[in-house]
Amino acid sequence: MPPARGLTCNGGRRARRRAANGRQPNLPPPSPPPRALPAHFRLCARSTSGAEPESARARGAGAERGERREGERAVTGMGEFKVHRVRFFNYVPSGIRCVAYNNQSNRLAVSRTDGTVEVYNLSANYFQEKFFPGHESRATEALCWAEGQRLFSAGLNGEIMEYDLQALNIKYAVDAFGGPIWSMAASPSGSQLLVGCEDGSVKLFQITPDKIQFERNFDRQKSRILSLSWHPSGTHIAAGSIDYISVFDVKSGSAVHKMIVDRQHMGVSKRKCIVWGVAFLSDGTVISVDSAGKVQFWDSATGTLVKSHLIANADVQSIAVAEQEDSFVVGTAEGTVFHFQLVPVTSNSSEKQWVRTKPFQHHTHDVRTVAHSPTALISGGTDTHLVIRPLMEKVEVKNYDAALRKITFPHRRLISCSKKRQLLLFQFAHHLELWRLGSTVATGKNGDTLPLSKNADHLLHLKTKGPENIICSCISPCGSWIAYSTVSRFFLYRLNYEHDNISLKRVSKMPPFLRCALQILFSEDSTKLFVASNQGALHIVQLSGGSFKHLHVFQPQSGTVEAMCLLAVSSDGNWLAASGTSAGVHVYNVKQLKLHCTVPAYNFPVTAMAIAPNTNNLVIAHSDQQVFEYSIPDKQYTDWSRTVQKQGFHHLWLQRDTPITHISFHPKRPMHILLHDAYMFCIIDKSLPLPNDKTLLYNPFPPTNESDVVRRRTAHAFKISKIYKPLLFMDLLDEGTLVAVERPLDDIIAQLPPPIKKKKFGT
Amino acid sequence: MAALEEEFTLSSVVLSAGPEGLLGVEQSDKTDQFLVTDSGRTVILYKVSDQKPLGSWSVKQGQIITCPAVCNFQTREYIVVHDNKVLRIWNNEDVNLDKVFKATLSAEVYRILSVQGTEPLVLFKEGAVRGLEALLADPQQKIETVISDEEVIKWTKFFIVFRHPVLIFITEKHGNYFAYVQMFNSRILTKYTLLLGQDENSVTESFTASVDRKFISLMSLSSDGCIYETLIPIRPTDPEKNQSLVRSLLLKAVVSGNTRNGVALTALDQDHVAVLGSPQAASKECLSVWNIKFQTLQTSKELPQGTSGQLWYYGENLFMLHGKSLTVIPYKCEVSSLAGALGKLKHGQDPGTHVMPRFVNWETPQGCGLGFQNSEQSRRILRRRKIEVSLQPEVPPSKQLLSTIMEDSEKHIEVEVRKFLALKQTPDFHTVIGDTVTGLLERCKAEPSFYPRNCLMQLIQTHVLSYSLCPDLMEIALIKKDVQLLQLCLQQFPDIPEAVTCACLKIFLSIGDDSLQETDVSMESVFDYSNSVHDEKMEEQTEILQNGFNPEEDKCSNCDQELNKKPQDETKESTSCPVIPKRAALLNAILHSAYSETFLLPHLKDIPAQHITLFLKYLYFLYLKCSENATMTLPGIHPPTLNQIMDWICLLLDANFTVVVMMPEAKRLLINLYKLVKSQISVYSELNKIEVSFRELQKLNQEKNNRGLYSIEVLELF
Repeated sequence: MPPARGLTCNGGRRARRRAANGRQPNLPPPSPPPRALPAHFRLCARSTSGAEPESARARGAGAERGERREGERAVTGMGEFKVHRVRFFNYVPSGIRCVAYNNQSNRLAVSRTDGTVEVYNLSANYFQEKFFPGHESRATEALCWAEGQRLFSAGLNGEIMEYDLQALNIKYAVDAFGGPIWSMAASPSGSQLLVGCEDGSVKLFQITPDKIQFERNFDRQKSRILSLSWHPSGTHIAAGSIDYISVFDVKSGSAVHKMIVDRQHMGVSKRKCIVWGVAFLSDGTVISVDSAGKVQFWDSATGTLVKSHLIANADVQSIAVAEQEDSFVVGTAEGTVFHFQLVPVTSNSSEKQWVRTKPFQHHTHDVRTVAHSPTALISGGTDTHLVIRPLMEKVEVKNYDAALRKITFPHRRLISCSKKRQLLLFQFAHHLELWRLGSTVATGKNGDTLPLSKNADHLLHLKTKGPENIICSCISPCGSWIAYSTVSRFFLYRLNYEHDNISLKRVSKMPPFLRCALQILFSEDSTKLFVASNQGALHIVQLSGGSFKHLHVFQPQSGTVEAMCLLAVSSDGNWLAASGTSAGVHVYNVKQLKLHCTVPAYNFPVTAMAIAPNTNNLVIAHSDQQVFEYSIPDKQYTDWSRTVQKQGFHHLWLQRDTPITHISFHPKRPMHILLHDAYMFCIIDKSLPLPNDKTLLYNPFPPTNESDVVRRRTAHAFKISKIYKPLLFMDLLDEGTLVAVERPLDDIIAQLPPPIKKKKFGT
Repeated sequence: MAALEEEFTLSSVVLSAGPEGLLGVEQSDKTDQFLVTDSGRTVILYKVSDQKPLGSWSVKQGQIITCPAVCNFQTREYIVVHDNKVLRIWNNEDVNLDKVFKATLSAEVYRILSVQGTEPLVLFKEGAVRGLEALLADPQQKIETVISDEEVIKWTKFFIVFRHPVLIFITEKHGNYFAYVQMFNSRILTKYTLLLGQDENSVTESFTASVDRKFISLMSLSSDGCIYETLIPIRPTDPEKNQSLVRSLLLKAVVSGNTRNGVALTALDQDHVAVLGSPQAASKECLSVWNIKFQTLQTSKELPQGTSGQLWYYGENLFMLHGKSLTVIPYKCEVSSLAGALGKLKHGQDPGTHVMPRFVNWETPQGCGLGFQNSEQSRRILRRRKIEVSLQPEVPPSKQLLSTIMEDSEKHIEVEVRKFLALKQTPDFHTVIGDTVTGLLERCKAEPSFYPRNCLMQLIQTHVLSYSLCPDLMEIALIKKDVQLLQLCLQQFPDIPEAVTCACLKIFLSIGDDSLQETDVSMESVFDYSNSVHDEKMEEQTEILQNGFNPEEDKCSNCDQELNKKPQDETKESTSCPVIPKRAALLNAILHSAYSETFLLPHLKDIPAQHITLFLKYLYFLYLKCSENATMTLPGIHPPTLNQIMDWICLLLDANFTVVVMMPEAKRLLINLYKLVKSQISVYSELNKIEVSFRELQKLNQEKNNRGLYSIEVLELF
């Protein structure tokens, strides 16, 4: 190596270091003996040569100071972006009404006030793997698992529904003919279903393999049945009503006992005392929670009150008992969740009593529902958060699973964007909003907010027809097509832009097979539309001018009806990848219209996927935070993916608790993968070494006072930004522009009804 | 916990045990080796860990061993007596007992006694005692008769107490028992009559003894199945007089009263005894270990083949004749700790690691029990070559301290305590401090004039004491009205019961100002309230602001009338401290102490009403002082907090309201308190009213910070 080059470079570097006034202890002082410099340079050049692209190094080595900076950025930095920081997506998740935990499959079903039902896989990092869109007239009041893994719900429209967890639709709805249904409970054996109705009737249904069959009515009560619970032996049930609890004999259907609940609340007699929840224990104890803030223990054999705990000033709205019956959990309208445990009166004594052990305040509003998994307390309510609080004494390994989880946002994409026209399409339950992003001419340095030359515009508010919620929506990259789907209808609109005016025209006469789409995707050139229907079929539609033509349908593998939830298309339009909830990812050749290959199945569901331009590598993110890169042309995992799997991800990367919901690529930087979850945005630079567990994964401070050497040495493939959160969507609009859609929690809370007021001063 | 381990049989060879069993099992000079003498002609040396005999010696046919073989630890030789009078001394190399040293004595030997660290003693059947050396110098010397006719020696034991050999033997004559204690050095023989108490019919079956400081604790297992304890003083007060000793019941019904076989008792250590016998009349024989301190059965083992009713205990092994063979049961008494008992401490510590004892060992006594010390000093000295050996191992300072406490003057004790505290953390520091305090307090109780105050103060300040460790301490301090010590206790002890706290409070309130002035209480928590400059300022403020409390506020119309009569007086009352600073310091100590409301309330009712009023006045004064500044704290280093003050006001009123409300002098105070509460309520209600406005302000503030709904920012990723 010629010494002159080394000296020039180091001289420049030294000057810059002095200017920056930063000094690293492991570097020579500002005026070192000249002899040390070439050696230092060699060391530095060697250490980076592995990762540094050849061109950048050649340019940087001999260049002047300014050019050197440019080259360097190409090496270590990811460049600057202008970020459109969007907070006008006025999305408010609806409140949680019911949760039901299935021990067999370790899944949790959650129903919301708008009728949406979601299924979370607790084994797969709490991923929301399935969802059933809501319906305006279907307010779910009860949700339960029966007969193993069949999911039922009942609501105020008086119907009992069963969900098809494979095809992701509603199998059937049966009217119970008792008015609005307030409560439902599956028998311990799982073969019978009990519903409590507005008219005071308790109805027993027999679950048959493909439907449910009404069997008989129990003795009619005088007011609505708000809560139901089976005795574990299946011989008796407890039913909570207004002002009293009834115990029924299942065989005869007659009420054995009627236990009157005290209306007194803090010394004041209330008008009514609503029994919000009951739980029947195997020793015959009935636990009730009511609107007077009491948790009461009753002896069902004698019908007497055994013990009463006053735990809240407001209603206690929900109760759930552990399977071992050694602990239960109740939720109050004040947002508090109380844990009760059966503990020995004294140590070593066999006599046990229920003791209120732990209060948790993770909610601001009513806790409408609780569930008790073997290792965690699960609660949800009006404040829309689903909270999973592990019981530390039940958790065997103190790993990241033992941490509290608070799930607020859906694990699917609600936003799509048109890169060409800089449009954002927001999906709400019953309408779509189209926004045009603003612009600026200014430039700035990291962290600056630039003055806007044009603000964002709200272009369109598209309301759906009918009571059904929107399942999915998409805007084409060119911005001239919008498609969305509800359970029963598929809508496609053509947009025309004339200066500032937009005209919208619905494409009529949709073919009958395009009825219910789970996912919609446009090709990069907006000429093709891909639709994943709930029957597992994938439709390809050709769009031209204002019309469309059905090109092809990929039928699902024979024998499977699994719905495809995620789609990805390559930028050249040749490849289409589709993923279901559990089976592997299928890759189709669009040109030849045949299945190209199937990516080897993985244990955890896919949360996001995308196909890289040029290379046609399929990048797949799974709910366990693993990211794979699969070469579609080669039908195998890429070398980079194998290296990543061999070395493993950084432990902090694996400990993130929200799934990656979107993946995109930089058109000019093929080595970069852009992805994000709710709390971070990351660019993976495949050319840089992977971080090991000792390196710092995320450094929130720009490395201003670090020299090149340190920066190069610590540089690794994951460039993370946590500025934007909660981040619902992030995509690259063009080479230097990003769009980030945030939804601050405070804004959501501001739109919720006010919580129960608690006194702040005095007691 | 004490535990018996798996038993093992020492030899498959059936010993020629007679109907009386073995003659004896005695220790040899090596820890693991024991001399077993059967009732016939044989002495066998066993190595217990190997479970095999190392040597066996027999006397000639026709001769019979009459006294178990023992080891002379000083010379490592063995001594045995056959045919009552013939003494044989040999060592390991000798093969034939006929050819070893022989001395024929002039009187019949009852037993030869040998313990580590001193020469063996020979006890003759007539009660005389001789040292072996002296005896061998003239074997045919005349042996005197000590005990009367028909008096038979039943049992004997040899101790070393404070480096002096002490021999005790029990004789029996017509159902009466006598104990003889022979101080070997001083040659004093003391005779005691053992009184059996009410139950005259019982026959004492077995004896064992241990040394406890000044006493020999003689335990006897009676035929009624109970264990009795008799304390025999080592240093007799009057050796000439025949003294009687009364036994006390230690453990009841340990074994069944009417056993066919003999029963045996052996003290294992200070707190544990091993008992051999059948627990019930019909059941099989059992070996059981009892804790006499807690009166609990620690462990037991059934011995179905029957025993000879003999039990020996050496080192960690219990020896007995089980069936026809000699059985060894290793016995372990591990350190028991509360944590261990509750199951939090893992048992079975790694033997390689040495663990510092963190817990007080309940089982092994710390300061006494010399009789059990089995110091294995291997000394290679032959019998004839006597070497002057220092028999005085260095006494640890802790023991020295304890002995000092027992008899020395206050001054001296203080010096010793200071010396010991200067040494600081020895591993048994906690234990010694505890023992010292207990010792001091015992002496305090015994001698009313003895009150080593400075000593106690020093010990309290070591921070290792707590109330439960020495409950007597505060009791004595309360009797002596030593407020300084009480204050110190209140500050240092974490676990004072509410009753005692209350008793302290009573004394603090009732003690006269004059006597208080003389004391030297810590004034740390008291700020000089009589600061005049501050006083002025405060007087202004009371009118305006006391956290919303304004005494002039005209809301309580009928009571105000009375108040307005003496407005001057009232301000005075609220501004000057109602108690002298020293009393204030003491009361502050009470305020700082921990308590539980439920337990404190009943005791508070016992305090006289005028004292209650005084205390309330003081608390009210403190409250006013508190409300003077914005932070609601009192000046000073460690002042009572507002919460403590308020809690105590509530407690006092709860406990004594009916009394206080009747007292005319408390009326104004109560009115003030009432108004205070009323004003607080109104302040809070006002706060609640404007809370909404606060929230709106907060919202406005948030909005200001909000970045708006849309912006374009620059992001650089590194």
